[in-house]
Amino acid sequence: MAGTIALRKGPATAAPGRAATTEQPWIKWLLVAVTLIFLTLFLFVPLLAVFTEALRKGLGAYFASFNEPAALAAVKLTLITAAIAVPLNLVFGLAAAWSIAKFNFRGKSLLITLIDLPFAVSPVISGLIYVLLFGLQGWLGPWLAEHDVKIIFAVPGIVLATIFVTFPFVARELIPLMQEQGSEEEQAALVLGANGWQTFWRVTLPNVKWALLYGVILCNARAMGEFGAVSVVSGHIRGKTNTIPLHVEILYNEYHFVAAFAVASLLAILALLTLVAKSLVEWKARQQANIDLEPIPAEES
Amino acid sequence: MSIEVRNISKTFGNFSALRNISLNVPSGELIALLGPSGSGKTTLLRLIAGLEQPDAGGGQILFHDEDVVDRRVGDRQVGFVFQHYALFRHMTVLENIAFGLRVRPRKLRPGKGEIRDRVRELLRLVQLEGLENRFPSQLSGGQRQRVALARALAVEPKVLLLDEPFGALDAKVRLELRRWLRRLHDEIHVTSVFVTHDQEEALEVADQVVVMNQGTIEQVGTPQAVWDTPANPFVYSFLGNVNLFHGRIHAGQTMVENVRLCVPELKGAADQKVVAFVRPHELEVSRTPYGPDDLQAQLRHVQGTGGLIRLQLERLDTKETIEAEVTREQFRELALEPADLVYIRPKAMRVFAEGGVLDYQI
Repeated sequence: MAGTIALRKGPATAAPGRAATTEQPWIKWLLVAVTLIFLTLFLFVPLLAVFTEALRKGLGAYFASFNEPAALAAVKLTLITAAIAVPLNLVFGLAAAWSIAKFNFRGKSLLITLIDLPFAVSPVISGLIYVLLFGLQGWLGPWLAEHDVKIIFAVPGIVLATIFVTFPFVARELIPLMQEQGSEEEQAALVLGANGWQTFWRVTLPNVKWALLYGVILCNARAMGEFGAVSVVSGHIRGKTNTIPLHVEILYNEYHFVAAFAVASLLAILALLTLVAKSLVEWKARQQANIDLEPIPAEES
Repeated sequence: MSIEVRNISKTFGNFSALRNISLNVPSGELIALLGPSGSGKTTLLRLIAGLEQPDAGGGQILFHDEDVVDRRVGDRQVGFVFQHYALFRHMTVLENIAFGLRVRPRKLRPGKGEIRDRVRELLRLVQLEGLENRFPSQLSGGQRQRVALARALAVEPKVLLLDEPFGALDAKVRLELRRWLRRLHDEIHVTSVFVTHDQEEALEVADQVVVMNQGTIEQVGTPQAVWDTPANPFVYSFLGNVNLFHGRIHAGQTMVENVRLCVPELKGAADQKVVAFVRPHELEVSRTPYGPDDLQAQLRHVQGTGGLIRLQLERLDTKETIEAEVTREQFRELALEPADLVYIRPKAMRVFAEGGVLDYQI
């Protein structure tokens, strides 16, 4: 789920000597230990297992797993899906955040709730919505079949489902930030003679760029890794409508363990890269926030 | 450039922010819009700027006799200084000030060197030389305010509008900055309107003060005029401390408290209740009565930091609080301690009756 960029400095470090609110040392160590054990069991071990299993038969077998038409097609489809879904959600998210943060209108809180809907419903339901809409027995199915447009069990369905599932990431990052910033800077730009376009590029966008990038990174990770919604609409046609996660499932079900784990390792690497990128952006955003929070120097009089 | 507002109204939902306002700002003057919060002063300022649109219905806003109601905010050639500065946080001071010039269409945009020179000149004007590469977050409140002012002036506005320009600053900086603004205005003479809820600020800085209340203008006049001859009870009580006394007119006789006033102007007035205002310094305080009409009061609290001592008194009859001001010398002569009994009587008062307003000297 989407985190929020920490734009505020943490509390100041406690003064030396145990304050009245500090716990006993053993409680601290116990909590740290529990967290570490949990992370090891549920994160590091599985991650390690993915790479061990993938490399069980050596590097040759590992790379051979990718050099296969079905695997390449899955990688290609995943990249295409992300390449369509992420830019669209960047635009949608920016538009939604803008309208919520800068304008007042009826039904605003309803809109905020709706933006969160994809997080609230099970991804399977998200996929099913599109089957019910565009499937052969769906509302628009007969009309689509008549005009020879394929959405379900085809690439458009996968892209639609992915867009739906990843919609909140960008919007949720931007809304709190833009609400906090208000619209006075935009008004100042307009008074100074800037047109709407100049105001957007020179004032609005630079003020939210780090939050936007953060949202895009998370959105991309989810777009590439989505399983449930895509699984429902894909139809699992090998070499045609399989994304990387679906391809992994098929390989595994067919007992191609090395290939399954090798392809899965791609997703694991993507996850690691996402974490690195996310941390970088967070660090950068915090740097900027620190400039904003720098204490005001004494008045020079 | 002169500004004229004619019959402007503005409502937000059910709230009537401005009710049929008309106002004239002569060219080159510095005008203060003064009023409590919710009086519509900021709305009026934003309407002049074009940041809000007036209600439909024939209202006009004239800049130099030209109606600008339909003109976009960017085309009105106004400079606007926001209460919380609204500096572009990701731009340096230089970039902030240059913004208005850089967004101009290519044909009207000055060259790079020219822009740089303009910014330097403005920085000198607002006394911030050498700070052009700082970010707004690295400046103090007063410095930010001056950057906001320089940014507004960079586009050579015909009109300068300031929304509570010193509202977010601490008391000492406020005082310095408002005097500086007055000097700056005398130097550049651009028609300026500023909003404030601080009467002291308005009276000290402005050429004319517009006192507003509940979406209407109560009085327009020079600081001296609104202070000396407030048009109505609201203006009187809004400007400075004041004591309120009740009275009535009966059979042509005006009575305030027990004091019979000789007011020929109200001789023919119908029977009615009146209110009289007395400023703290217009009250005479003594230990012995002057006459039978004096009010008796008990001293509650003494406060004095300057040349004047403020006395908080409680009337014995109504228990209302009365504030009086005496000089330090008088206070020493009176030798007052809290709980002492004193006699007070007004030396002057301003009576508001239906028939009109009149000052009464006793």
